[in-house]
Amino acid sequence: MTSYNANMMAVLKRLYMGLILFFMYAPIAVLIIFSFNASRSRGTWEGFTLDWYIRLLNDQHTQRALRNTVLIAIFSTIFATAIGTVAAIGIDKLKKRSRTAIMLVSRVPVMMPDVIIGISLMMLFLFVFRTLGVGSLGFGTMLLAHVIFNVPYVILSVTPKLRQLDPNLYEAALDLGSNPLRAFVQVILPELWPGVVTGAMLAFTMSVDDFMVSFFTTSPGVQNLSIRIFSMTRRGVDPSINALSTIIFVVVMIMLILINRRDRRLIHKNAEDD
Amino acid sequence: MPRLIELVNIVKDFSQNRVLDNINLYINQNEFLTLLGPSGCGKTTTLRIIGGFEQPTGGDLLFNGESILHTPPHKRQLNTVFQRYALFPNMNVAENIAFGLKIKKVDRTSIKEKVQDMLKLVNLVGFENRSVTSLSGGQQQRVAIARALVCKPEVLLLDEPLGALDLKLRKEMQVELKNMQQQLGITFVYVTHDQEEALTMSDTIAVMNEGRILQIGTPEDIYNEPKSAFVANFIGESNIIPGTMLEDRRVSFAGTVFECVDKGFEEDEPVDIVVRPEDVRITSKDAGALVGEVKHVTFKGVHYEMRINTGGFTWKVQSTVQSPAGSIVGITVAPDLIHVMQKSAPVREVNAL
Ligand SMILES: Nc1ncnc2c1ncn2[C@@H]1O[C@H](COP(=O)(O)OP(=O)(O)OP(=O)(O)O)[C@@H](O)[C@H]1O
Ligand SMILES: [Mg+2]
Repeated sequence: MTSYNANMMAVLKRLYMGLILFFMYAPIAVLIIFSFNASRSRGTWEGFTLDWYIRLLNDQHTQRALRNTVLIAIFSTIFATAIGTVAAIGIDKLKKRSRTAIMLVSRVPVMMPDVIIGISLMMLFLFVFRTLGVGSLGFGTMLLAHVIFNVPYVILSVTPKLRQLDPNLYEAALDLGSNPLRAFVQVILPELWPGVVTGAMLAFTMSVDDFMVSFFTTSPGVQNLSIRIFSMTRRGVDPSINALSTIIFVVVMIMLILINRRDRRLIHKNAEDD
Repeated sequence: MPRLIELVNIVKDFSQNRVLDNINLYINQNEFLTLLGPSGCGKTTTLRIIGGFEQPTGGDLLFNGESILHTPPHKRQLNTVFQRYALFPNMNVAENIAFGLKIKKVDRTSIKEKVQDMLKLVNLVGFENRSVTSLSGGQQQRVAIARALVCKPEVLLLDEPLGALDLKLRKEMQVELKNMQQQLGITFVYVTHDQEEALTMSDTIAVMNEGRILQIGTPEDIYNEPKSAFVANFIGESNIIPGTMLEDRRVSFAGTVFECVDKGFEEDEPVDIVVRPEDVRITSKDAGALVGEVKHVTFKGVHYEMRINTGGFTWKVQSTVQSPAGSIVGITVAPDLIHVMQKSAPVREVNAL
């Protein structure tokens, strides 16, 4: 009887999980399938085609948007990783009370709705431009915005590594005659590296994935892929939107899987070390 | 002998908390000096100040007569073996040992040679490519020693370097370290809370407690002539009995008057009497200065340890001959084995701030 109940529970649990996953992924599945549909219609399947992808790749606007997305992802990742790593080290050196406070503050943007981050950054940029009398929204502001919202992700992934760090390592390097810079590069950085890489990958993913913040901090002339999709839907629906969304989905998915596998590997490795 | 390192009135506070209270100490060239004291007494902090990892709140630190307070750690002519090894986890054994040499731009062939020499010295030949995280605690400790020694520093600071080893390996390494120190002619500043280790290895011992140095001297001095009850008790076991100094060479304790060799106290001055357990002699009932009952007996390998109650005081007594528990015996102490100490000022009052 009990085992029957337990079985029932297990089945129900699976069913429930399945249902949730179904609702989460069904729209994406439909989207992906119809990106290969030979017909313009979104209701009927009329055979497999790659036309929408080809058309997409030949479209000038999309090409430019793709280039923007890639450039911004790469550069915002580089800047955010450098800034975030240094910031994490600085925060770690603070006294306990201020450290807790700053960690809280740096966690806020991660949880804040993107709209709010987007709008507030836009207002900030416009305010600065107005006071200076020069400048306008565009590629630069979008890049800056991405750096800003990516820094906390890097801080959050580097901090745990700093916690695990043996405080005597840096001193041991100095003790053996190494100057502070060399000690950092040869001894400390290798220890932080897994966290730095995870942070960079997260930042890259967030940057590719972002719509809201980009939307508010750029000008209509400078689009990234997600903005491009948005403006395409406004001009009428066309399956190349599906194709474009599929591409972004696949990229983000791959990144997330990579991050996940890294994390698990690192956890295993740490467990072995202990 | 020239003074190599000198600590002058060193004071260290950690946020209002006085951790080192006026440390004065000098270390001679080629000396093996040990800082000995209970956990938390400030040994590591003293070593870190010498190494440059901690700035004292007050006082001065001299190296060859010149202040090095403002010399950063990587420019000081000394190397450290840290309490928890601090090996570089991203490097293998050989790379760890070679780290200091590479910084000094030693050429590659002699780096290889020197690393091999060191591995031989610490008995780790064949371990060069092992990852340091895969080593046992004792092996890690030996790598840490090799890594510091390979740079041929003038001074080596060692913070409980043998703490993680089992008794047998610890004894072996004690001998090894002492030999290395003498062969290489390096000054050692050694930290331990193990009194036996301190006694066997050191030229000089500085006994610390609660941020202060209580006594500095050779192992024999410290063991035979402890200046306070704390030192006596910390270095080896002791019977510490309150007593009164009647006059020169006559002291009263445990209800009896004893002859001793100490003098220069005031008449009827209250004192502490320290007697080592191995210095208490068991006699027949009638021949003893005191009579007591053996409470219990423990076998310690080389000797027996007995508790003998003489009414009011329980004596720790060590002897190779066993007196069975329950038996009534006499005990005596030879005059020169009775150590009379001034009542030490209560040590705690300074920390009241
Ligand atoms: N960075 C620090 N901040 C605050 N207090 C500290 C710090 N380092 C040491 N202390 C305190 O200073 C005192 C002496 O510490 P220290 O590490 O020098 O002791 P120790 O003699 O080496 O002890 P052990 O034998 O346990 O290693 C301790 O009470 C310790 O709590
Ligand atoms: Mg210590």
